[in-house]
Amino acid sequence: MSLFASFDWTRHLVVLPVLLPLLCGALLAPLTQGRHNLKFAASYGTVLALLANALALVWLTDGGATPAWASHIGVYFAANWAAPFGIALVADRLSSIMLVLTAVLGLAALHYAQPRWSRIGVHFHSLFQFLLMGINGAFLTHDLFNLFVFFEVMLAASYGLVLHGYNVARLRASMQYIAINLAAALLFLIGVAMIYATTGTLNMSDLAARVPQLAGPDAGLLRTGVAVLALAFLVKSAMWPLGFWLPTTYAAASPPVAVMLVLMTKVGAYVILRVWLLVFGSGAGDSAHYGYDALLWGGMATIVFGAAGLLATDTAGRMAGYAAIVSSGTLLAVVGYGEPLLVTAGLYYFLASTIAMGAFVLLIELIDRIRTPGAAMLALTMEAYAVEDMPAEPKGKGVPAAMAFLSLAFAACALTIAGLPPLSGFIAKFGMFHALLQPGADGSPIGPMGWTLMALIFVSGLIAIISLMRFGVRTFWATESAGPPRLHTAEVIPVAGLLLASVILTIQAQPVFSYLARASADIHRPQTYVDTVRGTPPVPGPTQNREAP
Amino acid sequence: MEAALAIAIGIVFASGIWLILRPRSFQVLIGLMLMSYAVNLFIFSMGRLAVDRPPLTPAGIPADPAALADPVPQALVLTAIVIGFATTALYLVVMIGARGLTGTDHVDGEEDEP
Repeated sequence: MSLFASFDWTRHLVVLPVLLPLLCGALLAPLTQGRHNLKFAASYGTVLALLANALALVWLTDGGATPAWASHIGVYFAANWAAPFGIALVADRLSSIMLVLTAVLGLAALHYAQPRWSRIGVHFHSLFQFLLMGINGAFLTHDLFNLFVFFEVMLAASYGLVLHGYNVARLRASMQYIAINLAAALLFLIGVAMIYATTGTLNMSDLAARVPQLAGPDAGLLRTGVAVLALAFLVKSAMWPLGFWLPTTYAAASPPVAVMLVLMTKVGAYVILRVWLLVFGSGAGDSAHYGYDALLWGGMATIVFGAAGLLATDTAGRMAGYAAIVSSGTLLAVVGYGEPLLVTAGLYYFLASTIAMGAFVLLIELIDRIRTPGAAMLALTMEAYAVEDMPAEPKGKGVPAAMAFLSLAFAACALTIAGLPPLSGFIAKFGMFHALLQPGADGSPIGPMGWTLMALIFVSGLIAIISLMRFGVRTFWATESAGPPRLHTAEVIPVAGLLLASVILTIQAQPVFSYLARASADIHRPQTYVDTVRGTPPVPGPTQNREAP
Repeated sequence: MEAALAIAIGIVFASGIWLILRPRSFQVLIGLMLMSYAVNLFIFSMGRLAVDRPPLTPAGIPADPAALADPVPQALVLTAIVIGFATTALYLVVMIGARGLTGTDHVDGEEDEP
């Protein structure tokens, strides 16, 4: 009993987002496709549990009610090795809200995949769970090499999922996607090795504590190492000129997988945010604010590239890809601008744009049915030799007023992505403009870079609305369709659910914003992390407890 | 010793970069493998080069840090080898699949017009 009495069990919640999907994925792997309903139920249950767990983490980190969470940071030592020697998982406000976002998108993708996509290939559910494990792990880990491992778990699962529903387009896209990610992984390793060589640590907090003490050639070598490391994340978050792989891959992937790809693009931006603020914050001595300019310029170039791509393309899949590029460019520029207030608004934009993009990529397939009704799409995707038994047309009632639903949902997505009122995209952009116009931390007014960034965000929104409305007019008003498309309820619910989440985000903007402001304040104070992670003792072993009087 | 190793890693890595820019998928695969070998050597050398220093402490004797090699890069390189091996094998499978389905081994899945 004393084993539990001396230790706050809530700390174990930090490792559950990694363990649950790992267990579920492993258990599902040997089951045959015949047990489809069982597999789906297990997978769905796991994602629901992940959502509950993530909400509990949000509550714990924000409340700080128990002693273990007093600093609003939960630390879990893998195998009970104290930091900085072992691997630490750290849940703070930012990573907790990211876990919620992952679970929400995972739930929508899984629900959407239920009638059709999860049945047309083997191991969809296992790969999906491993993908969730990798993403959750990347959000939680506090160790650079462990981050590499979680990235590889996430990527390996995504390679399998991008290929899901095997056809020529997916194979071509996958070859390039895999090759570019393998090369990026090598850069990641070089960066990690150089950081270890100069500082002798891989723990992020320990690194943050040691960077200010470096000087001379060592500091230069460290900055080179982190820059090489950042390249790997920037490939993932598709910064210009590293993001040419993205639109092709997005357009080729099946819709439930594309939802997760949208999130994976954001994981790159998240890691940049985390590592940069922790390691190169204002307290980093010689290295303070290293690379901020590169992120700002790169982010702005990415916005321009994405906006140009949006104007130039007329297929919905590629449009989603370019919209994702614009949004990750905006995030990178926000990080590079280096104002805490702007980061808060940027985090809100992170949530709003990811949810809207998730709904949009799911909608694309449904909208395509206006042009190619019936099972034509399915027949196309099932060519080749992946599956012999074709699943029957989804049973159940068709959804009434399908056209009205599709067009309204499309309009809602377009408004959010472009940042027009009344949905969450507008609040996000309004928040960013507001933060840009505020005087900076040193009292300086907005400079030319601020104006440029503001203009770019504004113009990219305008271009997004032009491009999306052009597509909408062509599809909904100018298509000679035989009749309304047949939609399955299981395909409509996730889209509606994501849009509902977007509406909730809009109505509850005040609490969400204040939560994100606290999260942003946390990550701008690296010292808290250093103190908490170094100061947390490992769990006392059973023998030590017995010896205690 | 450092210079020789640095030059060797550089040559292997440069060959890898040249190969991944080639149009045939098999060349890309070999390029990725060469690059990963170079990176593995690089990680290993980040623990500083030394001869005759084991990364282990004999049981019962107090450890002498000066006589030991840094074990962390060696552990990292093992993990990196395993992961790199697995992902390369996966790429090989996709490559064979693409060759079968598109009928060409060009990385774009179609031949350039002559």
